[in-house]
Amino acid sequence: MSDFTSNFWSVFVAAISIIGILYCAFLLWFSAKVKVAATHDTDDGTTGHVWDGDLREMNNPLPRWWLWLFIITMVFAVVYGVAYPGLGSYAGKLGWTSTGQYEAEVAKANQELEPLYASFNAQTPEQLAGDPKAMAVGERLFMNNCAQCHGSDARGSKGFPNLTDGDWLHGGTSDKIKETITKGRIGQMPPMAAAVGSPEDIRNVSHYVLSLSGSPHDSLRASLGKAKFGACAACHGADGKGMQAVGSANLTDKIWLHGWGEEAITGMINNGKVNQMPAQEGRLTESQIHVLTAYVWGFSNKPAAK
Amino acid sequence: MILNSADDAKQRKTIPIVAEPAGSDDEAMVSLYAAAKKIYPRSVEGVFAYWRWIFVFATQIVFYGLPWLDWGARQAVLFDLASRRFYIFGLVLYPQDFIYLTGLLVISALALFLFTAVAGRLWCGFACPQTVYSEIFLWIERKVEGDRSARMRLDDADFSLEKLVKKWYKHTIWIFFSIWTGFTFVGYFTPIRELAMEFFLTRMGPWELFWVFFYAFATYGNAGFMREQVCKYMCPYARFQSAMFDHDTLIVTYDAARGEPRGPRSKKVELASSNLGACVDCTLCVQVCPTGIDIRNGLQYECIGCGACADVCDTVMDKMGYARGLVRFSTQNAMENKWTPREMWQRLMRPRIQIYTMILGAIVIALLVSLSLRTPFKVDVVRDRSTLSRITEYGTLENVYRLQIMNAAEHAQTYRLLVRGLPQLKITTDTEVMVDPAQARWVVLRADVPYGSAEPGSHKIQFEIQAIGSDHFVVEKSVFIVPR
Repeated sequence: MSDFTSNFWSVFVAAISIIGILYCAFLLWFSAKVKVAATHDTDDGTTGHVWDGDLREMNNPLPRWWLWLFIITMVFAVVYGVAYPGLGSYAGKLGWTSTGQYEAEVAKANQELEPLYASFNAQTPEQLAGDPKAMAVGERLFMNNCAQCHGSDARGSKGFPNLTDGDWLHGGTSDKIKETITKGRIGQMPPMAAAVGSPEDIRNVSHYVLSLSGSPHDSLRASLGKAKFGACAACHGADGKGMQAVGSANLTDKIWLHGWGEEAITGMINNGKVNQMPAQEGRLTESQIHVLTAYVWGFSNKPAAK
Repeated sequence: MILNSADDAKQRKTIPIVAEPAGSDDEAMVSLYAAAKKIYPRSVEGVFAYWRWIFVFATQIVFYGLPWLDWGARQAVLFDLASRRFYIFGLVLYPQDFIYLTGLLVISALALFLFTAVAGRLWCGFACPQTVYSEIFLWIERKVEGDRSARMRLDDADFSLEKLVKKWYKHTIWIFFSIWTGFTFVGYFTPIRELAMEFFLTRMGPWELFWVFFYAFATYGNAGFMREQVCKYMCPYARFQSAMFDHDTLIVTYDAARGEPRGPRSKKVELASSNLGACVDCTLCVQVCPTGIDIRNGLQYECIGCGACADVCDTVMDKMGYARGLVRFSTQNAMENKWTPREMWQRLMRPRIQIYTMILGAIVIALLVSLSLRTPFKVDVVRDRSTLSRITEYGTLENVYRLQIMNAAEHAQTYRLLVRGLPQLKITTDTEVMVDPAQARWVVLRADVPYGSAEPGSHKIQFEIQAIGSDHFVVEKSVFIVPR
C-alpha cells in the first residue's frame, strides 16, 4: 500500500471489516429472539404482544437453516479475511495477489501456445510469411503492439517509418528487422549548421539534397550546395544514398520521413533530430518477435516457397 | 417456558403490551427461528394433477431433448460463451444482440403479469422448475418409500435394514437424476455430444465439472429437501405477485358458505336434514398440500395454486354423493356474490387483462419483426488514433480506419465497402472483403481525397457496407481528418 503515507486507512478498513462481522454476529444473536410473557401460550402463532386492543404481533418463525446461512457467510468472511488480502494492507495467508494471478494466467497462456510457436520457430521468417496461420497471429501482434505508431496499415506517418515501401533505414533483411524489433533503434541526425556553414550555404545544401531525388529545386543553389555536401557525406555517403549501418536516410529517393521541401530540410540541418524505435524484447517473447519479423518482412517481400 | 391453556391465552390477547411490566421475571425468550417441519404430500389424482404431469413432461422433454438436436453441422441450441456466439436454431446471435434477451425477459415478465392476473400462480403450480422437479422427486420418493403415511412411518421408524435400503435406493435415483440434469444444463453451453464423451472418459474441464455438479447439487437439494421452502422463503416472485391479484383473479378457494359448519358424518345422513355443511373435515386437502397449508383458512401466501386440494376434495365429494367444487378455482368476487361460472368468466376481459394482453402482444410482435428484419452482420469502425492523416507521394490525403465485420450468417459472405461524405473521397484498399461463417474479421481500410480538395478540419463521413447478394447493408459513421 505504498500509495499512502501512513497505514491509517489500512487499519481503518480492516477495523471496519472486523467490526462489521462482529456486529452482524451480535445482531443475529440479538434479533433471533423475542420476549414474551411467560404466561403466554405461543401456540397461537403470536408473541402475545397486542397493540391498540387488537393488533397482534405474529411469530412466523423462519426455518433454522436460514439462520445457518447467516452463520456460514460470517464464517466464510472470517476465513476469506485470513486467507486473502481482504483486511486493509494485510497480505493474506495464501499470498494471493492480482499481479500474481495475472502472471500465472499469462504463463499458462504462453504454455498453451508453446506448441504453436514451436512450429513457427522451426521455420524461417521468409517461410513463415507464407503461412496464413502465422500471419493471422502476426496481424494481431502487430495491431496490439506496432500499429499505434506505424498505423494499422503499417504505412506509418510523419516521423514513423512506412514499413511497406521497401525502403529501410536499418536494413530490410529478416535478421535486421528482428534486430530492430528486439533491440529498438535510435536514429540520430546531429545539428549540422556549424559544419555546413552560413544560412545561405545551408539553403544551397537543401536544394542540392532535393536535386538528388530529382525533386523540384533551384539548380544554381544546388550546384553551389554540392561543395558543402561533404559535411553530410560522412553519414549519408558521397552519393547521398545513406548507410544502413548507421541508419542514415537515403536522400536520393522520394521518401521523406520527416517532411519534404526546402523548409523541412533546412530545419533538419539546423536542428537535427533524434527518432526512437523502442526495444520490444522485454514486452514480447522471442517467438512473438519471430512471427512479427515475418509479418513485417512480408509487407515488402514475397514469401519464400516452402 | 410455561404454556398455559388456550383460554388463558385468549384472555391475555386483549391486554396491551404496555400493561406488562418490562423486564420482569414472568417474561421468556422465544426464538424467531424454528426447525422446518417436513411435509409429506399425499399423492393425488384429478384434472389439475393430470395437467401438472402434462406440463412436467412438456417442459422436461424440451429441457432434456433440446441440446441433442442438430441444426446443419452444429448443435441447434448452443450458448457458446467462450467464443461469444449464441446459436438458436437458424439464428446466430452476438453479444451485441443483447437487446433480444432483454426483449425476451420483458415478454416473460409481462406473461407472468398476465397469467397471474387471470389465474393467480399458474406458473408456480404447473410450470416452475421448482414445482416440476419437486413433483418428479416426489414421484420417485413415492415409488420407493410409498405414499404419505408409509413415508411418515418410515421416517419415524428406528434404524433398520429396510429403512437403509429404501433410503439408499431413493437417494441413488435422485442423485443420478440430478447429475443428468446438471449434465444437460451444461450441455447448453458446451457441445453436449463432446461433453458426453468427456463425461464418460472423466475428462471434463474444471469448470464443466463444477457446473455439472453444482447444478446437480442444486437440483438434488431444492427438489429433494428444500421443496416448498424455496417458494415460501427464497422465491422473490412469490412475494410480489399478490400485487397482481385482484378480486377477479382465479384462485384456489374453499366455498365456506357451502362447507361450514364442517364435521364428520355418516354417508347415510341426508345433507339437507343434518345441520352440517358439505365439508366432512377429512383433512385430505391438508394432506395433499405440497406447502402444508389448510386451504379452508382462505387464500394464503404459501398457496402455489397447484389445485391438489381441489382434486382430492372432488374425489371425496363424489364418494359422499355431494356436488363437486367445494374447493375449486374461483374468484373472490364470484365467491362473495355467488356468481355463476358464466358471470365469473365475463369478468375475464377486464381492463387490466386487456392492457396486459395488448402490451404483451405488441412486444412479441415487435421482437419477431425485429428478429426477422435484422441485418445478418454488424460493423464497427475504428479510426486509427495516432496516425490522424498523412500526405502521400501521389498528392493525396489519406486516413486509416479499421473495420470489424461480424458475420452472423452461417455461410461465408463477401461485403462491398463504400465511403461517402466528401467529394472525391474514395477507398484505396480492397473494397470487397470476405468473412468466414459466423466469424468476425478486422479489415484495415484507407480512404483518400486529393490534397487541397477539402477544408482543414474534421469531416463527417459514412461507410456503407453491403452484403453482396442480398439487400442488407449497414451504415457506420466516422470522420475524415484533413490537417491544417
